[in-house]
Amino acid sequence: MSRPISLARIGALLSKEFIQLRRDRLTAAMIVGIPIMQLLLFGFAINADPKHLPTVVSISDPGPFSDSITSALANSGYFDIVRATHSPDEAHRMLDEGRTSFVVDIPVNRDLVRGANPELLVEADATDPATSSNAIGAISEIAADALRDDLKGPLAARVQAQPPFNVVVHRLYNPEVNTHYNIVPGLLGVILTMTMVLMTSMALTRERERGTYENLLAMPTHPLEIMIGKIVPNIFVGLVQTALVLVAAAFVFSVPIIGSPLALSVAVLLFISANLAVGYTFSTVAQNQLQAMQMMVFFLLPSILLSGFAFPFRGMPEWAQWVGEVLPNTHFLRVVRGVLLKGNGLAESWPDIWPLILFLFAAGTVSLLRFRRTLD
Amino acid sequence: MAATNAIDVRGLTKHFGSKTAVDGIDIAVPEGEVWGFLGPNGSGKTTTIRMLCGLLRADAGEGSVLGLDFLRDTKAIKRQVGYMTQRFSFWEDLSIRENLDFVASLYELDDRKARVDGMLHQLGLEERQDQLAGALSGGWKQRLALGACMLHAPRLLLLDEPTAGVDPKARRDFWDQIHALSASGLTVLVSTHYMDEAERCDRIVYISQGKIVARGTVAQVIEEAGLFTFVVEGERARHLVQHLQTAPGVRSVAFFGAVLHVSGHDRAALERAIEPYRGDPQLTIRSATPSLEDVFIELQEATTQGTAT
Repeated sequence: MSRPISLARIGALLSKEFIQLRRDRLTAAMIVGIPIMQLLLFGFAINADPKHLPTVVSISDPGPFSDSITSALANSGYFDIVRATHSPDEAHRMLDEGRTSFVVDIPVNRDLVRGANPELLVEADATDPATSSNAIGAISEIAADALRDDLKGPLAARVQAQPPFNVVVHRLYNPEVNTHYNIVPGLLGVILTMTMVLMTSMALTRERERGTYENLLAMPTHPLEIMIGKIVPNIFVGLVQTALVLVAAAFVFSVPIIGSPLALSVAVLLFISANLAVGYTFSTVAQNQLQAMQMMVFFLLPSILLSGFAFPFRGMPEWAQWVGEVLPNTHFLRVVRGVLLKGNGLAESWPDIWPLILFLFAAGTVSLLRFRRTLD
Repeated sequence: MAATNAIDVRGLTKHFGSKTAVDGIDIAVPEGEVWGFLGPNGSGKTTTIRMLCGLLRADAGEGSVLGLDFLRDTKAIKRQVGYMTQRFSFWEDLSIRENLDFVASLYELDDRKARVDGMLHQLGLEERQDQLAGALSGGWKQRLALGACMLHAPRLLLLDEPTAGVDPKARRDFWDQIHALSASGLTVLVSTHYMDEAERCDRIVYISQGKIVARGTVAQVIEEAGLFTFVVEGERARHLVQHLQTAPGVRSVAFFGAVLHVSGHDRAALERAIEPYRGDPQLTIRSATPSLEDVFIELQEATTQGTAT
C-alpha cells in the first residue's frame, strides 16, 4: 500500500498521457507531420548540389569547339544554357541583373587549335558560394571532355600533352554526389531532437499552466512515476518517427541500409531517451510553455548547426567541435551514418554509443534532482 | 486534546523571498467540524492550506494533521486528505469518468470501478460521465472536483474557495453536501469570501496579512469585534453617506439596499454622529447587531491601516 513506486500508478499516468495524446489532434499531426515535412524539404527541396543553374555562353568565334562546349555544359545537368551571345556586354548585364548564375566565355577556335592554352573564363555569381561551387568544380572537366572528340588527327597531341585549359579541377568522387545519402540519415537525428525535446519540455509546464500540476502533487505520486508517465509515451512517438524516416530513406530516397539493425536500435533508443531527459529537465525549470519553448530552441540550434548535420564537423573551429562532442545528436549522426552507409555494427559504433549513455545518465539525474515535490 | 483535533498546528510560517505570506498561525480544528477560513485576497489563506496538505514546505511551525507530523509525514497525510484547489485543476481533455478513474488509480483504490460509479451516482454526474471536463460549466466542474477529492474517502477536506464563480443553487447544494459529510465525521476547512458561507461554518478564522485577527463562532467574532451599528432607513438615507463617512467615531458606512449601516467602536461618538438626523421624520434610526460583513470590513480596514503607507 505504501510502496514508493507503484506499477499501478505508473499505468494510470501512462494511460492518461495516451488518452490526452490521442485527443490532441495538433500534436498527433505534428508527430507525423514534422518528419514528413522535413524529409520533403531537406530530401527534395533543399539540395547541397544545385543543378540546372542558368548560364550564358559568350561566343566571340562560333565554330565546332564552341558548339561542343555548349552542348557538353548543357548535358552535364549543372548548366541550363539560357542564352548564347557574341556580345560580352550583354552577357555581363544578365549577370548583373541576376538573370544568370554563370557566364562562360569560350575562347576562339584558333587559340585552341594552336595549343595556346587559352583561358576558359567562367564568371560566376558568387553571392551564394554554395550554389556555384560544385558547378565550377565540374566545368573544366566537362569542357575538356567535350573537346576530346574535336581535337583529333594532328590536333590529338593537344589532348595528350596538356588539357586545353590551364585550370583543371579533378572531381575524385562520384561526379553525381548524392546528397540524400548524407542528409536523410542526418535528418533522423534532427527530427528526433526537435520533437522529443519539444514534447517533454511541454510536459510539466503544461500541467503547471493548467493548474493540474498542483493536483498531481496533492495526490500520492512519486516524482519517478510522473517522469516515467511523461517519458514512455514519447519513446513510442520517437519510434514511430524513426520508422517513418527509415522507410522513407529506403524506399523514397534509396539510401542503402547495410549495417547492423541492432546497433541502430540501440542508438535510436538511447538517443530518444537522452533527448526526452533533456526536455524533461527543461520542463522542471521552465515556468510556462513559452519558456520551455525558448529553452528548446537553445538546445535545438547547436544540435543542428554543430552536430555535423548542417556543416562539416571537421571544418568547425576546435571550440565548436568540443561543444558538438557534448551534444547527443553529434554522436547519433555518426552512428546512423556509419550503420546505414558504411555497414557498421555495434563494435564499430561503440565509440559514439557510450557518450550517448553518459549523456542520458547525466540528463536523467539532473531532471530528477530538479523535480520538486512541492510547489515551492 | 491533540487526539481529537484533525488539524493542530502552531506557529505556521512561510516566507516568499522577503515577503512573509503566513506569519505564525495557530489552528486547532476538532474532528468533525466545519471551519471557515476568511480573509482578504493575498492574506495567506491558500498558502496556509497548501502547507497543511504538504504542497508547500513551512519555514517554521510544528504540529499535526490527522495525528501525523505535518512536516515529516506529508506522504501519509496526502492519502487521507482531500484537497480542492482554488482554480479548477482536473484534466480538461479527459472525460469526467476518466478523471475520476485516474484519481482512483493514483490512490491505488480497491474496486475502482465501483467507487467511481458510486461517486458518479452520488454527484448526479452519471449522464455526463463521458463529457470532457473542459466542456463543463462552473457548477459541474466544481461538482467533479469535489467528487474527485472525496473518492479516496479522506478524513479531512481542505477546500480553497470552492464556490467562487458558482451560481447560488449550486452553492447551496454544495454546502448541503459539506454538512452531510461533516455529519459523518469528516473535518472540513474551507476558505471563502462569502458571508453566507461563513455563517454556515461551526467556527471561523479570519486572517489578514498572514496573521489570525479573529476566531470563534460567528456570534463570538461579531461580539469580540466590539462594533456598534446603527441602521438608518429612509428615502434620504443615501444623501447622508458622505457626511457620515467623515464624522468622528464612524468606522464604516455601507449600503444594504435602501438601508445604511453606520458602524464604529465608540458608541457615544457614533450617537453624536447620527444625532443631527434623529429628528428627521423621513428617517428611522435604530441600533442593530452588526452583520458579519460589517465586522469583516472593519477587521480588514483595521489591519491594513496599521501598515498602509
